[in-house]
Amino acid sequence: MATLAAPACATAPASTQSGLWSWIATTDHKRIGTLYLWTALAFFLIGGLEAALIRTQLARPNMGFVSAETYNQLFTMHGTTMVFLAVMPLSAAFFNYLIPLQIGARDVAFPRLNAFSYWVYLLGGIFITLPILFQVAPDGGWFGYAPLTTNQFSSGPNIDFWVIGLQILGVSSLAAAFNFITTIINLRAPGMTLMRMPMFTWMSFVVQFLLILAFPPITVALVFLLMDRFFGTTFYAIAQGADPLLWQHLFWVFGHPEVYILILPAFGLVSEVLPTFSKKPLFGYNVMVYSGIMIGFLGFGVWAHHMFAVGMGAVADSIFSLMTMLIAIPTGVKIFNWIATMWAGEVRFTVPMKFAIALIAMFTIGGISGVMHSSPPADLQQTDSYFVVAHFHYVLFGGSIMGIFAGIYHYYPKITGRFLNERLGNVHFWLNFIGMNLTFFPMHFSGLLGMPRRIYTYDAGQGWDLFNLLATYGTYLLVIATAVFVWNFVRSRTRGAIAGGDPWGAATLEWSIPSPPPEYNFAQIPTVTSRYPLWDLKDPSWHEGEDSHGDTGTPGPSPLREETETHTAKALGIPMPYPTAKPAFAALGLVVMFSGLLFLRNDLFAVAMTVTLGGAAMLIGGLYAWLTSPLE
Amino acid sequence: MSHDAKSPAQAHAHPTGATYLKVAVILTVITIVEVWAYYIPALVASPLFNPSLIIMSAAKFAIVVLFYMHLKYDHKLFKALFTGPLIIAGATILALLFLFAKISL
Amino acid sequence: MASHAIAGHDDGHAHTHHTTTGLDNRKIAIWAFIGSECMLFASLISTYLIYKGKSLVGPYPHTEYTDAAGKVFPAILDIPVTSASTFVLLMSSLAMVLALQAVQLKGTPLPANAGWWTRAQRSSQLWLGMTALLGATFLGFQAYEFTAFVREGLTIKTNLFGSTFFTLTGFHGAHVTVGVLWLMSLLWIDRTRGLGPKDELVVDIAALYWHFVDVVWIVIFTLIYLIQ
Repeated sequence: MATLAAPACATAPASTQSGLWSWIATTDHKRIGTLYLWTALAFFLIGGLEAALIRTQLARPNMGFVSAETYNQLFTMHGTTMVFLAVMPLSAAFFNYLIPLQIGARDVAFPRLNAFSYWVYLLGGIFITLPILFQVAPDGGWFGYAPLTTNQFSSGPNIDFWVIGLQILGVSSLAAAFNFITTIINLRAPGMTLMRMPMFTWMSFVVQFLLILAFPPITVALVFLLMDRFFGTTFYAIAQGADPLLWQHLFWVFGHPEVYILILPAFGLVSEVLPTFSKKPLFGYNVMVYSGIMIGFLGFGVWAHHMFAVGMGAVADSIFSLMTMLIAIPTGVKIFNWIATMWAGEVRFTVPMKFAIALIAMFTIGGISGVMHSSPPADLQQTDSYFVVAHFHYVLFGGSIMGIFAGIYHYYPKITGRFLNERLGNVHFWLNFIGMNLTFFPMHFSGLLGMPRRIYTYDAGQGWDLFNLLATYGTYLLVIATAVFVWNFVRSRTRGAIAGGDPWGAATLEWSIPSPPPEYNFAQIPTVTSRYPLWDLKDPSWHEGEDSHGDTGTPGPSPLREETETHTAKALGIPMPYPTAKPAFAALGLVVMFSGLLFLRNDLFAVAMTVTLGGAAMLIGGLYAWLTSPLE
Repeated sequence: MSHDAKSPAQAHAHPTGATYLKVAVILTVITIVEVWAYYIPALVASPLFNPSLIIMSAAKFAIVVLFYMHLKYDHKLFKALFTGPLIIAGATILALLFLFAKISL
Repeated sequence: MASHAIAGHDDGHAHTHHTTTGLDNRKIAIWAFIGSECMLFASLISTYLIYKGKSLVGPYPHTEYTDAAGKVFPAILDIPVTSASTFVLLMSSLAMVLALQAVQLKGTPLPANAGWWTRAQRSSQLWLGMTALLGATFLGFQAYEFTAFVREGLTIKTNLFGSTFFTLTGFHGAHVTVGVLWLMSLLWIDRTRGLGPKDELVVDIAALYWHFVDVVWIVIFTLIYLIQ
């Protein structure tokens, strides 16, 4: 098949900006996406390191590698880091980088708000991560159940960092979600109807709605906790008549949609990878869209399955059990459609393809153990045991992380203009795949043998020893695998093979422009007439005899005008947003404002007020300067 | 959403000031009825008190959203962006009240 | 179907204003924001209702309470005062739509025989100022209510009712405060450079926020104050 005449360039033609300040002041969605990618990978390494320490402590019975207190901080920060600082922002890196490219836009709807989201994330991430270096990290689990996390049971500053940190990170996620909703609705290129959008953009679209609806309940739950801790309210004070289930319900109203926030972007990524390397359109595109929407919608109706053990009564148990079984259907549909996409395709087993296939297999295992939990009597046996740990690591590591790695290998050439090394990639994949299964599969057994979660050590002779040792070895394999990946990731930036605009023979708009893309993305905004514009371009008859793929026909024969794409925005007369550090300044103000609360713990009321009001002044001043200055 | 982009002028086919005044009168009347009902012990004791207050409140809510927030006259996209979350929010309130035994099936 | 899928689309400089739906980005964002706010207030209202009647000590909202020392605390909610403040907030919504209308009508010629009401409808400054003033009045009522409650022995620490009541209404009051500041900024812009029909959207967005804050109060007034 003829390849598109794409220039083989490895550096952005219009990349005139460099230096630290250009990154702080950037409003380019691609640079912000790159910042998200690097930052989130750094947090992924920190979260992984915490996991390695946890597994070292659990390698053998009665180990004294870390203290019980440190262990609590480690598992809390492992979960918090992986969920809020690694997987969500890795997804956000792809939202930022890919959504405008996939819909044929020059940037997101609000470029400066986008920068603000990133800086709030970075500063919030640092805020919540630093305390572990001083042994005062949050220690109440990533779900922070109150009343455990109230002053009565957690009187130190540990939980303060968690409550305030999550509040800060919520601002980042919400701001980004409003931005992407607007971008996807309103910045699509001519002809890019909703039912022609690439599947990654579709799944991202669903996720943004989950974000704007799931974050308010946890914001409220955190405000209650914050007020209980700092201002003596009684939301979680059992002695005053408070209900111990209030936190759990509010948290899981957020927590279960959060699960889909973590997995749907990965689903989107593999839905881009599988058609590309099977040389076939995605099987059942419409059904994939509807099942994604269905998962998002039903995701708000299953939260209490996390709480079967608290005894909600037969009616509530039955409803949530039924809803949980129901949500497995659209998820199962996706699995079958991915398999059918590969069926009879010209499958190329590249590294991204291997990660995508691994997602299908591993997520299915995690999905099936998930359906086991949907039955309350079975759940009562499994809840709070290592079986549950095995389950959610199969969906989060086997699902989200595998999908994100598929995305990184797939899109690295687009982002950097160079391939990741395929041989190192294969080593990474196999070590990762074996390591993951060696770590988490034995946990099914230790869990069913009764090993509870969150214990810092255990006695010998309960049948758990072998499974724990295997899991620890598996974790060490994962550490090696990740080191190989990091080496590959860093080294390929300068030494990877040069990739053209469309190195994989993919079909969607982001591959029609050079790699890395110029700052304005598209010299001319394309007009789209089908779901697979680049395949149409290369071989107009490629899908004859198949269904129409949303193709409405009768497009004009106007090929891409590649020659213009190596000019600067200025030469082409395309207005670009000014670089500005005002969003970063406002983000700093927000974080300073929240951190003032920390001083209340030591009754430093004047200091707290000064810091909080100072931060608020920075935030308002930054916002004012930002809103009154022109965008471009 | 479709590409049947309305021009901003069409999208804002607003009612006139007289309509806004009528709406304000209706809102005021409903509010007066609500507060009046609160002071009639026989009504408060009636099983219909809570449902009728909720219906009146919902009516006021709908009137403000449809006329003052001009959702009645605006693009269907905005209707979708508001009603979708509103339904999920309402369902969440009902589910939580059920789970905490504040209402029963 | 044979097709060339991508065609050059020469949009020149118009791209910055062209959108897929023809709608303004900011208006889509504010509606998405309002959708998210529905969930925020749903969580707050749910908590209030879940804890309703669960306070172990008084004061209570609708009933009298006598403490161990025999001190009597009357039912604390002041319905006449809150009814008045509810009415004030409702009227602020009326002023807000009239402010939007005034901005929209700028540029259309005033009929020669226009009466005072027609003329008044053209003054965006009058209605923006009126909205902000009514909003500030509502906040004044709330400040009075809060201080009265504290004087009568209900603080945010006293019981579940105090915690949930002050947090829910406080959240709403914070939203009103933001709205008043927003309206005052618009009024300031109107006084310095004048708001014209091209600024309709800027006023519309503020108005949507303001009305939403009003509808939240409609719900709060019924569920917290009137239903016992």
